[in-house]
Amino acid sequence: MTFADHLPILPIAIPALAAPLTLLLMRRHPGWAVGVGFASCAAMLVCALTLLVQANGGVITAYALGDWPAPFGIVLVADRLAAIMLALTATLALIALLHAVITGIDRKGWHFHPLFQFQLMGLNGAFLTGDLFNLFVFFEVLLIASYGLMLHGQGAARLKAGVQYVVVNLVGSALFLIALGLLYALTGTLNMADMGLRVAEIAPEDQGLLRIAALLLASVFALKAAVVPLHLWLVRTYDAATPAVAGLFAIMTKVGVYALIRVVPQVFGEGAGAAAWAPAPFLWPAALVTAAVGFAGVFTARTLSEQAAYAIIGSTGTLLIAVAGWQEATLAAALFYLVHSTLAGAALFLVADVVSWRRAGAADNCASGPDFSGRQGVGLLFMAAAIATIGLPPLSGFIGKLLILSSATALPQWGWAWSWTWAVILGTTLIAVIGFARAGSAIFWKVSEGAATTPPTSRADYAAPVIALLLLAALAVGAGPATAYAGAAAAQVLDPAASVRAVLGGDAA
Amino acid sequence: MTYEFLVASSIGVLVAGGIYLALRARTFQVVLGLTLISYAVNLFLFASGRLVLNRPPIWDKSVADYTDPLPQALVLTAIVITFGMTAFVVIVALRSFLETGSDHVDGDAVPTDGAEETGE
Repeated sequence: MTFADHLPILPIAIPALAAPLTLLLMRRHPGWAVGVGFASCAAMLVCALTLLVQANGGVITAYALGDWPAPFGIVLVADRLAAIMLALTATLALIALLHAVITGIDRKGWHFHPLFQFQLMGLNGAFLTGDLFNLFVFFEVLLIASYGLMLHGQGAARLKAGVQYVVVNLVGSALFLIALGLLYALTGTLNMADMGLRVAEIAPEDQGLLRIAALLLASVFALKAAVVPLHLWLVRTYDAATPAVAGLFAIMTKVGVYALIRVVPQVFGEGAGAAAWAPAPFLWPAALVTAAVGFAGVFTARTLSEQAAYAIIGSTGTLLIAVAGWQEATLAAALFYLVHSTLAGAALFLVADVVSWRRAGAADNCASGPDFSGRQGVGLLFMAAAIATIGLPPLSGFIGKLLILSSATALPQWGWAWSWTWAVILGTTLIAVIGFARAGSAIFWKVSEGAATTPPTSRADYAAPVIALLLLAALAVGAGPATAYAGAAAAQVLDPAASVRAVLGGDAA
Repeated sequence: MTYEFLVASSIGVLVAGGIYLALRARTFQVVLGLTLISYAVNLFLFASGRLVLNRPPIWDKSVADYTDPLPQALVLTAIVITFGMTAFVVIVALRSFLETGSDHVDGDAVPTDGAEETGE
């Protein structure tokens, strides 16, 4: 085996090694710890991009951990979708880490960098694994790290929100385990590819149990993705978290979406009998309501970070509307919008932090306060982030929403339902425009009486949000290749036989 | 049949008690509820390999029937994770109580001297 054969394990191994290293270095040589953190993220990005290129040929790389053969051992599966998610995670991690270091919040506690690395390890593992129980374990890794990161900086508000966040996710984990237990009892395997084959052979009297397992699993993923009515934990948590951390958390709801995209076609696809596409009829209406509730929240939010949290819910809803089509075209649109909405959501949190940094006492409340330095610059930054989140041209959100709308009309099985999709997506876009315009004009346009706040010494904190926005501009410019890649990834996801061949060997399929 | 009935009903009772406690207002009761739910989940996972009496999980020359070893490994993983998480939620709840002076899950300020009945 050459070094290149071990590529799929690297995105998990790198942060697993970097985390204890940063923990050891933090107390004596904090500068080195920061360096290790950046080096780890950069190395992950290189690995992810290599995998992205490698998967482009349509090759699905299965990596058997410990060289145990597939249905018995745990496999990592690197295909196009996994590579997209890995590249997105590494990019977002670099941006969030940069912002944390520039604003100095990583020094507020000893454990920011180790927790950050463990968080990335959990995310990368969840995106790579081809084993359902291993997916649970990586979910727990990323959740445990996220509890620590969310509470980073302490304070009463964070602890209050933290208790709710932990309790909600513990219940979610219990449900996940019940679903796994049911699936194992029915199929006798935990390997996703193998399970996809075995569900076809389940006896008629057990079909009801299989359906329950499918719906339980889908509800757990919906909880992670903050789909209405399981969204209530998100706003308070993200609002209370340190902004750089909230920026990284923009990908956490997408983990739930990713798990749905991965598991439903693979395990509960055409051959699954009573459980075939079981979550699909519930997903679409829930996604419509999620988009509506999220962007309505953007309209009513009282602070910019609360607004950003609601925007995350809304964009996840929009994303799931597309996912719920379960066709190649809709899924391709969803994957493009997934990349966009993650970066846009993170940019919005970071801009909110830049604003509250400069406005001192007024923080990021959506109300006019005294004049503050860099009002024009930050105002432009906010406008760009808002445009990205809403989905207006010239940034990539416009292309994403256009793809979703056009793919929705082409769905044969939806009939008139596409008009609902259009109404909700366009309606929520309008509400979001008004909401962001109102917040922006209150903060940047009107200035109340009072002494201007003292100007901060540098504009270095612009860096991270500007990079995120530039990436969104690049995504808009490179939309052609990006949509082609997303389309190929969607086709690969909807062809479970291909990943069965890659994981279990040629004869199994 | 009685063995299955016993395991199934104990899981059911644990889940029922756990859900009731998890829906209570105060963090201590919620933590107890989560613990009960996690016990139930562990029992459930254990039973997912089918209930077999007096059979070894590891290969042996003289034995023809085995019990499924995988659920036992899964339960071990689940126990470790849920135990760690329960310890963590206790600490977070305690810190939250000490910082905010309220042991309610929703974090609202309430008198904590026990003078009034809670959870209504």
